[in-house]
Amino acid sequence: MKHLNAINRKASRVEAVTEPAAATDVVALQQGGQPPQQPEGPHIPPGCSIVFSPGWEADRTGGTAGLCQPVERDLFDCHMGCFWPAQVPDQLNHAPDWTAKCAAAQKDWRKIDLVFPG
Amino acid sequence: MDPSAETGDAVPARSIAADLSVPGISPGVDTVVRLGEFHTFEASGERFGYMVPSAAVFAFDACAKAITDALANGPRAIGELSAALAPTFRPDEVWDTLGELYRARAIDEDRAAKPAPKILPLTVIPLQTLVVNVTNQCNLACEYCYEYGEDKIVDTENGAQPKFMSEETAREAIDFALRESGRTAMVTFFGGETLMNFPVLKKTVSYARARAAEVGKDIDFSLTTNATLLKPDVIEFLADERIGVTISIDGPQEMQDKFRVFSNGMGSYELVAPKIKALLARHKARPIGARVTLTKQTLDVMKIYKHLHDEMGFWEVGFAPVTTAPQRGHAISDEGFDHLLGQFRLLAQDFLKASLEGRHHGFSNVRETLQEIHQGHAKAYPCGAGIGLLGVSTDGNVSLCHRFAGSDAHSFGSVTGGVDRDKQAAFLDSHHINHKTDCQSCWARPICAGGCYHEAHTRYGSTTGPNLHYCEWIRGWTHTCLEIYGELAVKNPGFLRQFDGADDEAPQRH
Repeated sequence: MKHLNAINRKASRVEAVTEPAAATDVVALQQGGQPPQQPEGPHIPPGCSIVFSPGWEADRTGGTAGLCQPVERDLFDCHMGCFWPAQVPDQLNHAPDWTAKCAAAQKDWRKIDLVFPG
Repeated sequence: MDPSAETGDAVPARSIAADLSVPGISPGVDTVVRLGEFHTFEASGERFGYMVPSAAVFAFDACAKAITDALANGPRAIGELSAALAPTFRPDEVWDTLGELYRARAIDEDRAAKPAPKILPLTVIPLQTLVVNVTNQCNLACEYCYEYGEDKIVDTENGAQPKFMSEETAREAIDFALRESGRTAMVTFFGGETLMNFPVLKKTVSYARARAAEVGKDIDFSLTTNATLLKPDVIEFLADERIGVTISIDGPQEMQDKFRVFSNGMGSYELVAPKIKALLARHKARPIGARVTLTKQTLDVMKIYKHLHDEMGFWEVGFAPVTTAPQRGHAISDEGFDHLLGQFRLLAQDFLKASLEGRHHGFSNVRETLQEIHQGHAKAYPCGAGIGLLGVSTDGNVSLCHRFAGSDAHSFGSVTGGVDRDKQAAFLDSHHINHKTDCQSCWARPICAGGCYHEAHTRYGSTTGPNLHYCEWIRGWTHTCLEIYGELAVKNPGFLRQFDGADDEAPQRH
């Protein structure tokens, strides 16, 4: 609380039990810091799209200029638990505003929002 | 959306409670809110709220203060309230604060308040303290005594009970205490004059230590005495056995000798004073407290405290107004209670000064109240009697508390037969705070819950009702203690940490 200050022990308990429930949110596997955060567990991503590894969302410099191409699916994190969902033709782009919205994937990935194939 | 500071109209319709996991209100600007139930007090230039019935204490910032002040004259619509507080407070700030005030239940939507739930203990609460009346006889004849005086409940002179508890009954009481308690059994020896049955007391302590070791529990002893029988061997025993001692004494000679007299009318001060000094000099293992009964004739709290603490050397001094029917000569009148409150406030200021400077102060009434405030006890019952505390009469009858020991009407079973759980449940059901209609509009009920059963029985002939004769006194005294608590919370919060580790529930008094 910002405007009320819990002074005695009961007040602290009142504050704790009325704490607004943390909203369920989509989080990146690499997102650090305070909740909301992924539950504890082995770090085996079911897909690479929310792992900020060079390749899919950002290239090895952290930018989007040199994203890996489908043909390169065996590079970077495309092994282990990560997989490339399907072969797609080179140059096909369903997110033309990607660069405008998401200059730095680690910071801006939420801005991409949903992308529907046109 | 851009909230307008001028009108408050453009405040987005959002829920001040929508994010809460509890069902709440989902207001828009037209929603009318009102104050919840709480008591405000100021300390160290800050505003605080003592929430009712939760007993939580919150400090209000300027915005929370402004909102609660603005609602003091009655309910208002949120939009209107927000506009009235602009431009000092931005609408979004007002909304945030309303949300927090709602979480603390300092405000609510303007609707009928839900009745507080009546929650009875679902499982048996372990015994914490057993008060064992080892005798109902006394070598003093204090006029105000609730056991011998005009207000007595049980005939201890010609009644059916033995005048002294037998060794066997005392052992059974110990077995009962160890059986019914949790990890630690607290046994308080009481009377009559407790030390008139010293031989049995002594053997019982030895028996109890052995039994406690066998069953793997801790046991702790204390007693209350008038100090007349504190002979050297008794003092040695109390010190060696680390038995907590409370001395009943009313102050300097002129006050002590007013009521605490032998049957021939002779005062007891001259006899007890040197014995008390000998006890205080020898028994250093535990702090020794004085317990003062205040009467209409002996209300000079400052003088009594100074004598008992500063001059005699008691570690702490606790004061209790005499329990008596209103027509008695020693009964404290309404004006007397006002005077008493003034005296308590003076001594409480002394306590505050000492506590801010990190010095010990022995005014135990304020210390105990601070502890309850700090924990935030919200009581459904005024004390632990009949729950965690029981009394035992000389014949082994178990009762509500020591003050009712031997009274058939307040019996809860026996040390051999155990606690009559049906009787206990019926008692808890009928004595719940929800049945005390007069208490429902009182902000002090989380800490008072109607007051002492014995006091109510003496005044009104029943344990079920609240003690309406001292409501003003309780509110006045609780307010003073809240102010002291607030001062300490701001200026010396470290002082309050001593109360952190205390037991969270079921406060015990005896």
